[in-house]
Amino acid sequence: MSSQMLRVTEISSLSPLVKLFRFEHPDGTSLPLFSGGAHVVVEMPDGELLRRNAYSLVSDPLEGAGYEIAVRREDTGRGGSLYMHSKVAVGDMLRVSMPLNLFSLDLRARKHVLIAGGIGITPFLSQLKQILRLQVPFELHYAARSSAEAAGLGLLPDLPQVHVHISDQGNRMDLGAILSGQPVGTHVYTCGPEGLIASVDDTAARLGWPESALHSEAFLAPPPGAPFDVTIASTGQKITVGPHQSLLEALEAAQVDIDWSCRGGACGRCETEVSSCHGRIEHHDHWLSDDEKSAQQKIMPCVSRFVGQEITIDR
Amino acid sequence: MTIQFNDETFRDDYTFFNTPQGIRRFPFPFDQDSYMYSVNLEPHDKGPEGTPFNVRFDVDEHYVSEMRDRDITLTEDPLRCQSLPHMELAGWDLLELIMTSKAKDYPDLFELHQDGDRWHWINKPLEIEQRFTFLDPTTLPCGPMEYITRQAQGDFALLDQREGNLWMDAGMVTSQADWSLDFDIGMNFLEWHAPVPGQAHDAKVFERALKFLLNLQQGAPTRRLNWTMTVNPRLDTSPENYHKWGPEKRTVTPDNVGEKQYLRVELQTLWRLPRSNAVAFPIRCYLLSLEDIVTVPKWGRRLHRVLRDLPDELAEYKGFTVNRPMIVDYLAQFDDGAETSPGIFPD
Repeated sequence: MSSQMLRVTEISSLSPLVKLFRFEHPDGTSLPLFSGGAHVVVEMPDGELLRRNAYSLVSDPLEGAGYEIAVRREDTGRGGSLYMHSKVAVGDMLRVSMPLNLFSLDLRARKHVLIAGGIGITPFLSQLKQILRLQVPFELHYAARSSAEAAGLGLLPDLPQVHVHISDQGNRMDLGAILSGQPVGTHVYTCGPEGLIASVDDTAARLGWPESALHSEAFLAPPPGAPFDVTIASTGQKITVGPHQSLLEALEAAQVDIDWSCRGGACGRCETEVSSCHGRIEHHDHWLSDDEKSAQQKIMPCVSRFVGQEITIDR
Repeated sequence: MTIQFNDETFRDDYTFFNTPQGIRRFPFPFDQDSYMYSVNLEPHDKGPEGTPFNVRFDVDEHYVSEMRDRDITLTEDPLRCQSLPHMELAGWDLLELIMTSKAKDYPDLFELHQDGDRWHWINKPLEIEQRFTFLDPTTLPCGPMEYITRQAQGDFALLDQREGNLWMDAGMVTSQADWSLDFDIGMNFLEWHAPVPGQAHDAKVFERALKFLLNLQQGAPTRRLNWTMTVNPRLDTSPENYHKWGPEKRTVTPDNVGEKQYLRVELQTLWRLPRSNAVAFPIRCYLLSLEDIVTVPKWGRRLHRVLRDLPDELAEYKGFTVNRPMIVDYLAQFDDGAETSPGIFPD
């Protein structure tokens, strides 16, 4: 994973829980451009731990002067967002990966409909800038529980195509209304909690949308769980994965060579063969098929865990 | 580095030739004495000085004549260049990649002056000077992909990424080893690889390669070499023109095989493009006759062993079954049985 050291040049609050971070090259060199929906992985050297979290870029894809990300503080999370909120200051240098896009616009679309729930607004902020440049028709629907939680508000353009639905003000998002009557050739993109993505999929299926016109990205962080041990087949080494650590992070901490990219169960890069398994793999990824998941012969170490007696992986 | 450009043809009288320096820098594709179809992707990092691996887009002694040949092919058949409407942004990405690479790698041949989106491009070998506005297609004489690939050796495919697949939705293809852009346009990665026989499919190599390419990162291009055999130094060995080059396979005799039979090597590179998230897939063709190959003793020995031991179905797929005995007999004279050194480069 190629990356570069970038300087934090700006930190601002978008809401009580969400902060915006801006990164620039220390020499002022232009950064590689990207496409709407791309993310970067930010490395956080937190004491003994090297944390790596993926964040959608919210800045203009065609603007190389800096990258911006929006980070929501997760007080019960694994610590990456807390680190960003409490330990990172303007002037700090952090390692940031090259942009990678697993949630790009389908450029064939006659119209784009973007549906965001909560912090799921982030990939749409860069997509929106790309759409406005391409001058393709669009609608954006942004649902949040309260206006204090709607961190993206200040970053959204004031346009009639942008619709904000704040549920505690009684303005709930009506997916049926949004998905009915869209012109042929429309593509729909959803980012937010799993429940929102499932509702869009169900509603779209009911209305006869083709699956190929539906795109989604769940913001997947490695879920915490009970600690477990894993054996490395090549060396016989036994590694313990802590409750707030992912298997990928435990492998990295033990210097086991493993490739990765999205760290969110979507890209498939860290896919690992399981050579023996007495117990149950908790698959949290969007990469393996249902058959592969039930076969228990593969695991995605970035997000998936294990409960049971013994698991050995091919590394 | 100044390049002396050959004045030569790739059709009719076939005056194409490689100079001694051209022979030495040929990307010989076999790193051992046998061959098996594989994906063999490696990072497209800077290779040894003077080899085609040393720059991002290699310019060699054939550049000017090759671009002239491309123009002839396009005039006869404009469908060799196609770009579906959603691929224009990828075309601009490709134009930027090639212009910035060439201006940096060959400052004596190419210049790019950028003032915001006002660009000024100078191509000295082709005597082209163009001022245009980046991302504004009305300021170029044709679409961005066609514009820049008329000035870059090799074929180019632009692959759109969606639905967990790559789609061949644009390309400039005039120097191909018997495949057709007009036939493949709109196909996905697994569809356009369907003709590769046997082994490759069983091993699911394409699924693995696809997965790798879907994760291809900006700034980390990758490359592989592929090869086939061609009679006469013809760039346009297309299905559309099979009636022109197919019968030429029958003109090979034991007396002329060294001169008429060429090893055709493709240097394929893959690049993630920034704005479009598409993948650029340049396929650069290099031709070297058997009689030139054997001037490098290591290559003569090795090519003999590879072609002698190649499975029949691969010789069939690569289309040289009919002349294979003659080729192997010719090369046998240059194989004294000595050991060959590892790697592709001459000793």
